[in-house]
Amino acid sequence: MPGKKIFISGDEAVAEAVRMARPHVISAYPITPQTVTVERISDFVEDGSLKSEYLHVESEHSAMSAAIGAAAVGARTFTATSSQGLLYMAETLPYASGARFPIVMMNANRTVATPWALLSDHRDSLSQLDSGWMQVYCEDAQEAFDMILQAYRIAEDPRVMSPVMVNLDGFILTHTYEMVDLPDQEEVDAFLPPYRTENRMDLEEPRTVCYASLDEYMEFHMKQEFDMRKARAVIAEVDRDFGIRFGRQYGGLLEKYRCEDADAVIFTLGSVTGTVRSVIDSMRGNGYRVGLVKMRFVRPFPEDEVVDIAEKVKAIGVLDRDLSIGYEGIVFSNVSSSVLRACSAPAMVNYIGGLGGRNISKDNIQEMFLELLRAADGEKGKRVRFVNVGSEYDG
Amino acid sequence: MADRLITSAKELSNSEYFYGHRACAGCGGSLALRLAMKVLGPRIFVAIPANCMSATSFLHPQVAFSVNCMISPFPATGAVLSGIEAGARALGLKDYHVVGFAGDGGTADIGIQALSGAIDRGDRVIYVCYDNEAYMNTGIQKSGLTPYGSKTTTTPAGKNFPGATGRKKDMFEIVAAHGIEYAATASIGYPEDYLRKVSKAALCQSTSYIHVLAPCSTGWGFPVEETVEIAREAVDCGLWYLAEYENDEFVLNKMPKEFTPLEDYLLKQARFRHLKERDMEHIVHGRDKKWEKILKNWK
Repeated sequence: MPGKKIFISGDEAVAEAVRMARPHVISAYPITPQTVTVERISDFVEDGSLKSEYLHVESEHSAMSAAIGAAAVGARTFTATSSQGLLYMAETLPYASGARFPIVMMNANRTVATPWALLSDHRDSLSQLDSGWMQVYCEDAQEAFDMILQAYRIAEDPRVMSPVMVNLDGFILTHTYEMVDLPDQEEVDAFLPPYRTENRMDLEEPRTVCYASLDEYMEFHMKQEFDMRKARAVIAEVDRDFGIRFGRQYGGLLEKYRCEDADAVIFTLGSVTGTVRSVIDSMRGNGYRVGLVKMRFVRPFPEDEVVDIAEKVKAIGVLDRDLSIGYEGIVFSNVSSSVLRACSAPAMVNYIGGLGGRNISKDNIQEMFLELLRAADGEKGKRVRFVNVGSEYDG
Repeated sequence: MADRLITSAKELSNSEYFYGHRACAGCGGSLALRLAMKVLGPRIFVAIPANCMSATSFLHPQVAFSVNCMISPFPATGAVLSGIEAGARALGLKDYHVVGFAGDGGTADIGIQALSGAIDRGDRVIYVCYDNEAYMNTGIQKSGLTPYGSKTTTTPAGKNFPGATGRKKDMFEIVAAHGIEYAATASIGYPEDYLRKVSKAALCQSTSYIHVLAPCSTGWGFPVEETVEIAREAVDCGLWYLAEYENDEFVLNKMPKEFTPLEDYLLKQARFRHLKERDMEHIVHGRDKKWEKILKNWK
């Protein structure tokens, strides 16, 4: 298939990438909720352009369990989910990562009930941060396409051998259309060779996987942690190689935008990044020294990069589209713990916004930057602020 | 690779594929696994959810299987089996069986959704439910297959309740209602019937299901040397039955001329020893109603 540029949704971009990654087994449950990604993939299986076994499973728990079974014989696998569905499969996430199966899953970020709300935030995926999965967040459909291919390379790297969750903001990315550059299949095959592993059951040399280990349980997880740390370098390496081959590079674990000489930066995940970029451009035009840190991977966490940023800026705002009720935003907690390692102590403010799809406007972002710049000058304010809510709620 | 019907223990391989496990003395479940694997041979992928067999056999590095095997998430035996089969098919593997061994709770309660999904997809996998009529691994709690009157740690027998008060789910018929290619009931007390059924399941081109009664000396409360005898008696007294479902028909394999006394079977077991006359009558009534239906509708 020769390369081409086509106008497709984020969902379809993921489906196209999955077709080019040639997984052996797709397992998918169509609801709770799901996206058209799995419908497009089933079209590809039907028309023969993707030679995969497609399993129609009865739940997300079974979707991941079937992927685990397929991975256990050495198959490349794909599944996709969202929101309640991700929570329903939660038991199986550490199961897959503990067994060191490099499963790739798309998650359409949507909020979790109750109250029910269909729109996007990151409460679903961030609740699974400790599951042993790598988590990457995409800004647009092109990045989603590219990250599916990169996710397989990273996950299947023998130094890493851990699953990856590729996150796209529900509706904002999954259901909107963009021009997406699809590479040539041969180029993809050269970038992503077939998956080969010893971590599988084998008819010639029978083996046990997913077993019990009492005495070495800690060591198993220490190894998992050490390999996840190695994944930081692998992610950067894969990003560079992808850039050389396809001309698009994302910065690895995180991307800094106009951070040089910035006094205040905002950390973002996902699609809101584009809005923050444009606010920065216009504020920079008016002389404000503001920048953006687009968190791409939250696991593995870009610890050193965050420390480095913290040592250069005077104020950090973290825009969380989630909330760990009883404390603060989950990304803020993570960023704060790395900032503590820095030699300087920038002012830190947590902005909780966009829950259940609540809009985060350019004005909201500009207000955040102005507040952060005041904090950079030493003004004391609240640690956690709620964005775009009635002032009576931001008590 | 099992490629023919096996009707006698003499036809079995001397090889052991399940060896050195730490199950209790007199464990019926381990017999069910050992015999089935002897029929299926070494080229198999085994998935077992949380149950006695995984708890006593999967402890790294002393795993008791000499074949490919994995523990599946508790609710997901059916889905894991499907995944293994799909992966093996996609990778072009040849001459193998995919088999799962789940307990009664892992099948009839938490695993019923994934089992139903696997049958619905028709994946070529063999699902064996070894039924010891309660959650034995975790200390004898009631499952959906615990029979009326059985004392468990969550259905204590006392002044107000005679132990479990529910009705044992008809898993065999629930499975058959999917229109599965092959389903059967068996008992480790009738091993040759069981072996034949496992070998028949291995010949299927889609999903097959075997529900084998596997008494638990610890949970049922009988001497460890009587496991096979009790498993036989369950059939002889009419509380269990040997049957098959294929080609849309139910076939009864063994019609007892007359049932052995129910009380003998029940009172041998500590879990039933508290039963009163009226409880016994309730059990007899349930048994007779079931047999009435079997004799009327099955071949």
